[in-house]
Amino acid sequence: MRVNFTVNGRPQEADDVWEGESLLYVLRERLGLPGSKNACEQGECGSCTVRLDGVPVCSCLVAAGQVEGRDVVTVEGLADHARQRAVRDRCKTVSHGAPAASGPSLDEARVRQAEGSDSQAGEGGELAPIQQAFIDAGAVQCGFCTPGLLVAADEMLEHNPTPTDADIREALSGNLCRCTGYEKIMDAVRLAAARQGEAV
Amino acid sequence: MPSPTRGFPRADGAPVGHPLGAPVKVTQDSRTRGGIGESTLRPDGTLKVTGEFAYASDLWHEDMLWGQILRSPVAHAEIVSLDTSEALATPGVHAVMTYDDLPTDVRTYGLEIQDTPVLAHGRVRHHGEPVAVVAADHPETARRAAAKIKVEYRELPVITDEASATAPDAILIHENRDDHHIGHVPHPNIVHRQPIVRGDADEAARRADVVVRGEYTFGMQDQAFLGPESGLAVPEEDGGVHLYIATQWLHADLRQIAPVLGLPESKVRMTLAGVGGAFGGREDLSMQIHACLLALRTGKPVKIVYNRFESFFGHVHRHPAKLYYEHGATRDGRLTHVKCRIVLDGGAYASTSAAVVGNASSLGIGPYAVDDVDIEAVALYTNNPPCGAMRGFGAVQACFAYEAQMDKVAKELGLDPVEFRQRNAMEQGALLPTGQRVDSPAPVAELLRRVKAMPLPPERQWESSEGADVRQLPGGLSNTTHGEGVVRGIGYAVGIKNVGFSEGFDDYSTAKVRMEVIAGEPVATVHTAMAEVGQGGVTVHAQIARTELGVAQVTIHPADTRVGSAGSTSASRQTYVTGGAVKNSCELVREKVLEIGRRRFGAHHPAWATAELLLEDGKVVTDGGEVLAGLVDVLGDEAVEVEAQWRHRPTEPFDLRTGQGDGHVQYSFAAHRAVVEVDTELGLVKVIELACAQDVGKALNPLSVIGQIQGGTTQGLGMAVMEEIIVDPKTAKVRNPSFTDYLIPTILDTPTIPVDVLELADDHAPYGLRGIGEAPTLSSTPAVLAAIRNATGLELDRTPVRPEHLTGT
Repeated sequence: MRVNFTVNGRPQEADDVWEGESLLYVLRERLGLPGSKNACEQGECGSCTVRLDGVPVCSCLVAAGQVEGRDVVTVEGLADHARQRAVRDRCKTVSHGAPAASGPSLDEARVRQAEGSDSQAGEGGELAPIQQAFIDAGAVQCGFCTPGLLVAADEMLEHNPTPTDADIREALSGNLCRCTGYEKIMDAVRLAAARQGEAV
Repeated sequence: MPSPTRGFPRADGAPVGHPLGAPVKVTQDSRTRGGIGESTLRPDGTLKVTGEFAYASDLWHEDMLWGQILRSPVAHAEIVSLDTSEALATPGVHAVMTYDDLPTDVRTYGLEIQDTPVLAHGRVRHHGEPVAVVAADHPETARRAAAKIKVEYRELPVITDEASATAPDAILIHENRDDHHIGHVPHPNIVHRQPIVRGDADEAARRADVVVRGEYTFGMQDQAFLGPESGLAVPEEDGGVHLYIATQWLHADLRQIAPVLGLPESKVRMTLAGVGGAFGGREDLSMQIHACLLALRTGKPVKIVYNRFESFFGHVHRHPAKLYYEHGATRDGRLTHVKCRIVLDGGAYASTSAAVVGNASSLGIGPYAVDDVDIEAVALYTNNPPCGAMRGFGAVQACFAYEAQMDKVAKELGLDPVEFRQRNAMEQGALLPTGQRVDSPAPVAELLRRVKAMPLPPERQWESSEGADVRQLPGGLSNTTHGEGVVRGIGYAVGIKNVGFSEGFDDYSTAKVRMEVIAGEPVATVHTAMAEVGQGGVTVHAQIARTELGVAQVTIHPADTRVGSAGSTSASRQTYVTGGAVKNSCELVREKVLEIGRRRFGAHHPAWATAELLLEDGKVVTDGGEVLAGLVDVLGDEAVEVEAQWRHRPTEPFDLRTGQGDGHVQYSFAAHRAVVEVDTELGLVKVIELACAQDVGKALNPLSVIGQIQGGTTQGLGMAVMEEIIVDPKTAKVRNPSFTDYLIPTILDTPTIPVDVLELADDHAPYGLRGIGEAPTLSSTPAVLAAIRNATGLELDRTPVRPEHLTGT
């Protein structure tokens, strides 16, 4: 079968998909996006976590056919996703909380232009804040769990910008890590939250 | 039928014939000094957080096939017949191979003893043993074809423990053994036996005021690295093969692979692909030979990726063990003697069992000074899953038992368990049971003091103004208690681990270091075959090069077999041994650079001949700080390159009767304090805090050091309360090969892990450093057990502890 869906903002078409293939398989083996990881392929480890219409899911448990016409964000698109969110948030501030229009508003376009010359963009501006925080806090060892944790942590910070430790643990409890003992992952999420707070 | 995978946008820009996702050079450009002792960041960090880092399972090649392994559904059987015709006839299938298709007479492999069949021949010895391999154009096609292979098994009785293995009429797991252990083992179903006798334990026992005996059981732990076994074998024009692989030791793989393929080692090229954790589980071969065989047979690149179910069968586990201990002590709290017997279950094939026996026995009484000891360790051949290396390697099982014993003796004597340990703690200069003198700092008592001195977490943390926060309680969000039946306990443990390969092994590493001017800047390139498995070796190598060569820019070359062996990423040894090799090669490069400088500029300044010269900040400077020349000017367009081997001090084998011998290189010590809360009604345990104090000699990268200690601690926590591969004693079949049924700690199970790092230099080691990765895995488990005993008053002689052990149901 053929599956049409949006991945990281771009329309994608996967051909000759067998009905038994998972979204994870299609991303990794047909679309050349191996960032989502295959640690268990049974929904236990969270290493394949992606956003499906905004909701974090284990892509190994989603049949490829289920994503027809839907919107997927993977770790490869996380930096863009975070950047667009930042633009939206700033636009909300700029336009004093007016509801966001469906297309980019004039204000939004202005902020986007400003992004290009932003000093942050020059210094690792390619990364989402949560990605940079994982590097800075030492939360990456082998890194196999990292993509799933990043997608899950970014999603949590999106709706809970000031999480308690208990909130963080609860939000990330579906993501296994075997290297770090989670302490540096806690540090990274706290760091991202703190930096996000400073930036507002 | 699934159609072949194709239509890759990833092919953009990649040359045809080269695998996508092959490792690229990583350059760490630091504007700071970035040398040793700093928490510089990982050079692969950005690739890993963007999803671009290519792990072995991410590789892709034009026209690639997928390999699949058919494994035995039973533990012990004769293969009566094998029919592959239906599988071969399946559309999309390119090859099916069995034992009969192997190209040479070398049809077994093994790290120490070559007893493991590439594919089963006539008999399977454990559940999940590889029987046949299939290559097809889609992984599902390969799986379905493998399922069509008809194998008729005639089941044999299973050997599952010491009694069944050593019974007079026991079936021999391996007939006609001719390995170098067969001459000294009491039964052919024993891989290796190591006794260690020093002093006279029976005589010393007469002085004991108290004697405490215990029998302990240690369950089978899995490494559970997250990146499954995987690799890509690409046939080459010269008839050879290039294997991109996740492993712990490229050259050991090569040595085992090439003879089976019938190729000289020069025609088997190996490149390290991204490794998603290892912890010992990638020391033995998994899919390496199978992928190469299929690639050579089909003439096409073949990728094999295990799923999690297969991964549980595809690598060795930590040896489960039975441990029998007797400790004696006088009233004043001095140990008189220790006797112990450690029986490790090695499963169907030897793997590293003999070396695990060496560790378990030589470190069997722990970091304590005892003159009179009588130790025996054996590893069995059984029909259980093969066991081999896992973080801590034999020292873990012993530590669980001797620390339980230390608590029991302290209780008998009415002494504080920490104080009792401190009274008997070894110090520098002490003798190990092997008679070897510990000639570097051994701060055992100090580590215990430090871990005990850390502030305790407040009681009843789960209480809040709004009632109990169940997330802080045993059972968590299952909402099983609001504090009723919950008791707290505190426990301590300390351990000793050897660093590096022991018992006379020639444990060297190789580093190639190059220095040249690129784009107007001096750049060092470090090329080793070290397997970066997540530990951060690549970070440390760049730091060492900066410190030794005074350059800001260091490029870490991908690890491959075009450079000499780095030895294994095991035994806490890589920073010591390959770090030592990088340091050594950098020093040789520095000498050559200075020679060039003297040749070019010596006439201009007398200091070139008279002063001690250093390379700092891209310049040649005197030890007084005077700048003599820039490295750019010294090097010009010359490149300086050195490839050299480096060795630590030699060791010697243990005597086969007495166990005496200077078998170890270095030791690593860690102590833990565990604070737990137990719901005594349901038998649920919540570890509140797991504090660690460890001597690391010198922290080359403090951030990574803490990460290693916390990670190792958490694996020990898993072993204490949840992790166990359950093998049915009647059938020897694995009952829980999944992350649904084999549990590893989640972020909710893992407490805060405060770490106190002590840096007492070992003068024999580069920079005074100690290998650090394993020690925290030792004492973590017994500390948690001690805390649970302290909370519940139960004896608890096995690990992991399950709820029924606490409730008695």
